[in-house]
Amino acid sequence: MRPFDYARAASSADAARLAREGATFIAGGTNLLDLMKLEVMTPSRLVDVSRLDLAEIEATDAGGIRIGAMVRNSDLAADEGVRRNYPVLSRALLAGASGQLRNKATTGGNLLQRTRCYYFYDTAMPCNKREPGSGCRAIGGVNRLHAIFGTSEHCIATHPSDMAVAMRSLDAEVEIENAEGRTRRIDLGAFYRLPGDTPHIETVLEPGDLITAVVLPPPGGDRQTYRKVRDRASYAFALVSVAGVMALKNGRIAHASLAFGGVAPQPWRDEEVEHLLQGEEPSLPLFQRAADALLADASPQEGNAFKAPRLKRTLVAVLSELCGVKA
Amino acid sequence: MTLHLKMDEPVDRDRLEDMVQGVIGEPIDRPEGELKVTGRAPYAMEQLPENCHHGVLVRSTISKGRLADLDKTTIEALPGIRLVVTDRRLLRNPAQGMAGEAPVQETDNIHFFGQPVALVVAETFEQARHGAQRIVQQLQADTKVVVNPDDPEAEIETPRKKQASTGDLDKAMREAAFTVDQHYTTPGHVSAAMEPHASLASWDGDSLTLHGSYQMLRFNRAELADALGIDEDKVRILAPYVGGGFGSKLGIAPEAVAAAIASKELGVPVAVAMTRQNVFEMVLRRSETSQRIRLAADKEGRLIGIGHEALVSNLPDESFSEPVTQATPFLYRGENRLIGHRIARIHRTPAGSVRAPGEAVGLTALEIALDELAEVSGIDPVELRLRNIPEEDPSQGIPFSSHTLAEALTTGAERFGWESRDPKPGTVREGEWMIGLGMASAARVNMLIESKARVTLTSEGRAVVETDMTDIGTGTYAVLSQLAAEMLGLPMTEVETRLGDTGLPPASGSGGSFGAASNGTAVFLACEEIRRQICEKLTCEPDDLTLKDGHAIVGNRRVPLAEMLDGAELSAEGHTEPGDAEDKVRQATYGSYFAEVAVNAVTGETRVRRMLGVFAAGRILNAKTARSQCLGGMTFGIGMALTEELLHDKRDGHIVNRDFAEYHLPVNADVPQIDIVLLEERDRWANPLQAKGIGELGICGAAAAVVNAVHNATGVRVRDLPATLDKVIGGL
Repeated sequence: MRPFDYARAASSADAARLAREGATFIAGGTNLLDLMKLEVMTPSRLVDVSRLDLAEIEATDAGGIRIGAMVRNSDLAADEGVRRNYPVLSRALLAGASGQLRNKATTGGNLLQRTRCYYFYDTAMPCNKREPGSGCRAIGGVNRLHAIFGTSEHCIATHPSDMAVAMRSLDAEVEIENAEGRTRRIDLGAFYRLPGDTPHIETVLEPGDLITAVVLPPPGGDRQTYRKVRDRASYAFALVSVAGVMALKNGRIAHASLAFGGVAPQPWRDEEVEHLLQGEEPSLPLFQRAADALLADASPQEGNAFKAPRLKRTLVAVLSELCGVKA
Repeated sequence: MTLHLKMDEPVDRDRLEDMVQGVIGEPIDRPEGELKVTGRAPYAMEQLPENCHHGVLVRSTISKGRLADLDKTTIEALPGIRLVVTDRRLLRNPAQGMAGEAPVQETDNIHFFGQPVALVVAETFEQARHGAQRIVQQLQADTKVVVNPDDPEAEIETPRKKQASTGDLDKAMREAAFTVDQHYTTPGHVSAAMEPHASLASWDGDSLTLHGSYQMLRFNRAELADALGIDEDKVRILAPYVGGGFGSKLGIAPEAVAAAIASKELGVPVAVAMTRQNVFEMVLRRSETSQRIRLAADKEGRLIGIGHEALVSNLPDESFSEPVTQATPFLYRGENRLIGHRIARIHRTPAGSVRAPGEAVGLTALEIALDELAEVSGIDPVELRLRNIPEEDPSQGIPFSSHTLAEALTTGAERFGWESRDPKPGTVREGEWMIGLGMASAARVNMLIESKARVTLTSEGRAVVETDMTDIGTGTYAVLSQLAAEMLGLPMTEVETRLGDTGLPPASGSGGSFGAASNGTAVFLACEEIRRQICEKLTCEPDDLTLKDGHAIVGNRRVPLAEMLDGAELSAEGHTEPGDAEDKVRQATYGSYFAEVAVNAVTGETRVRRMLGVFAAGRILNAKTARSQCLGGMTFGIGMALTEELLHDKRDGHIVNRDFAEYHLPVNADVPQIDIVLLEERDRWANPLQAKGIGELGICGAAAAVVNAVHNATGVRVRDLPATLDKVIGGL
């Protein structure tokens, strides 16, 4: 591990000031510490934001909730309001990591966790995300875990979060305080950047920006689920996952928002698929069309071609479950 | 005094049956268990002296070539750096099990990706790790390097001694009523001991003390001394607690030699712990296997021919090759038999012993093939196996020492409710889940290894057992204490067992499931000698002496041992070694596995719902630790069936999944209720305890039961393990 300085932020303004000078935030540290030990990330200065007063879950005037960036994953999953109104989020959180990790991991940190690409984790390997311009060794290598949407010739890594997938299906916004103390909100979809030719830049965060909260609007539907497909029953990242939030009215789909994990550099959403479902009568053929539409853009690698049919079937199963259609 | 026994003949008298203390076989807790679960049992890295320095091994980042230079100046200025060791005595990789001499020592010729090339020593572990990460290597990579066993340019070795053929298999296949001819593949595995390899070295003059994490200390001492070029009697290894081995700690490993060299040079103790990534790359892996199995059966399902040909891999100069076909010569009948063994010489992390080398992967493939034969012949899988149990070893024409496969099969079938299974695949459905049952036989060769132990009866009437044997989590402390307590008529609290110190009598070591029986026999013999000495004191015949609860009883006399000893102590050594018994009979352990799985029709995910293992391994010395061994083996069986796989990059052979996040061992949620039944058995050919090894039996074929259940659930036959969801659903 490269030697580093450590400072504890007294306030978000304090944190932002330190970050602008080049420090890296640490909260739960469940991912960052591992990466520092391996020297995949080598910050010279850490600012501990874990004690900032950002650990509340509050109701918003709009009827939604504001989740403080320091709310632990365990606490968020267990929150009564979240379990009642946003069960997709609770389920996604509990599908991730392990109990011990969820006790440490924070909401803001979860959004910023790094990919699990094997080549990113090995400093002997070229990786454009770790070392811009060095190349992507995952292309043509072992890429069972990798993305089928949104990739580029420079990077095919996935974003590993379950939580973020559920949040994307809930139209979450990320609340960010910048170094000047101004707060802005960005839709979670716009928060992440696709790799393109700069896979090392993963979000729109600027130096000094601190995630202070995630804001959820009132749920768009009361039919919610998160389904994760993985290589073992716990403590494994999603091969594919589907977060679904739906509402039915008069036998027709009044709301459908769907997000997909394990398949893209960010929690993936496809408006065309949702549009296709909107206003329609739920049926298996409709769900099949939706799944076909989703996968039309897929560009798998040799090692992860199985993800496309897996995602199709999982999506159809989730839609069937949420709409009460017998598969 | 030493009582010696060479196992040339069966030992008909079951001496332990004569004893009355009543502790042998009982499910007694580990005496050291409380220390372990409260964190007070000191493992190798948990007793570091104040002035200790830390070393971290530097890995090569090419697969083959030369280390032209290591630029030490690139890290010399970093904080805390004290030394960079580039010494001709450093090990390329760990010694193979029971080598007793140093493995290949070279660090400037690179033979595999991740090979240790140097040691960086600093004041703290993190400083050393930073130095090892930052040091600049000048490497000359060979332009051509073969890293895949299926590369057409791979050199394939066909060792003459490992091929065998009797009868005419091709003819049997032509004449058979039912045949199977299939290829099966299993991936490489890592041992995955919880405690990574770690050594703390310190010198007193020219004498070395090494606190390490090793399985076979008498061999390890010889290997370490040979590597360093010093006399064995100048080396003492201490390993009282070992956090799992599974074969990976059989032989001395690079960190031990590096720690010793660095400590000598710096004049302070040096600790070298491997990181998890080091363990994946630098410690011997289980070879991947490619197996062709041919089965020829008559119309009643009786085998007339078995062919089992395996391709495994290793570095060009490593002697070990995964003994895939080890159980095939004797498990089933069949007069026409062909055994083939080939080794691809490739440049990956070298291969060695991992969790039941041979049967774990070989029997798994054979037992999937048996299931395929059951399918084509329409004979129930249990019945098919019952029809094929041979009366004697069909390859050597010698009798079995004992044989319990039939009982294990019938007991297991009854306990599991096997008769409820619908042989037609894909018939039981619960919502999205397809339910299936599968089974397989278990078998593992049994061995006795030369072993010594000393037992002292102190003047207070307590017993002390001393040997350089190890307890790698298996229960050695418990079973050796139980043996002494039973033989000397003492409560467990009056027996102390001291292990893991090369200053004590040399034992078999832990490996190949032979530790408890081999070293237990040495303890038994020492106790027999002490009993003889007690008889001398009491002037009675051995058969007239009863020892119980700390008293000697002869006729109507009952004397406390301390009183009888009258201030003196009695001490004796036991010494056992293998003899002609090995050649006169076929010794093995047997069992059966039954599994119920649910396969998700949407995702292809498999969940094991319940599992049963029925095993016989001669006398069971401790019902609790024996059961735990079986649970562990079957858990690894679930991993082998469904999740575990070393992933190599085909371009350079390097292992890409080098941690427990991406190398998928089964986690709690993957492991269902597992029931274990231990059958009553005695094997008089094995040793005077009539006990056999049980450590590895639980994994030898377990994966096949799961994979066969997946077939029963879905109709999908996975022959390329692990049966990950893409392979299962791909077949639907």
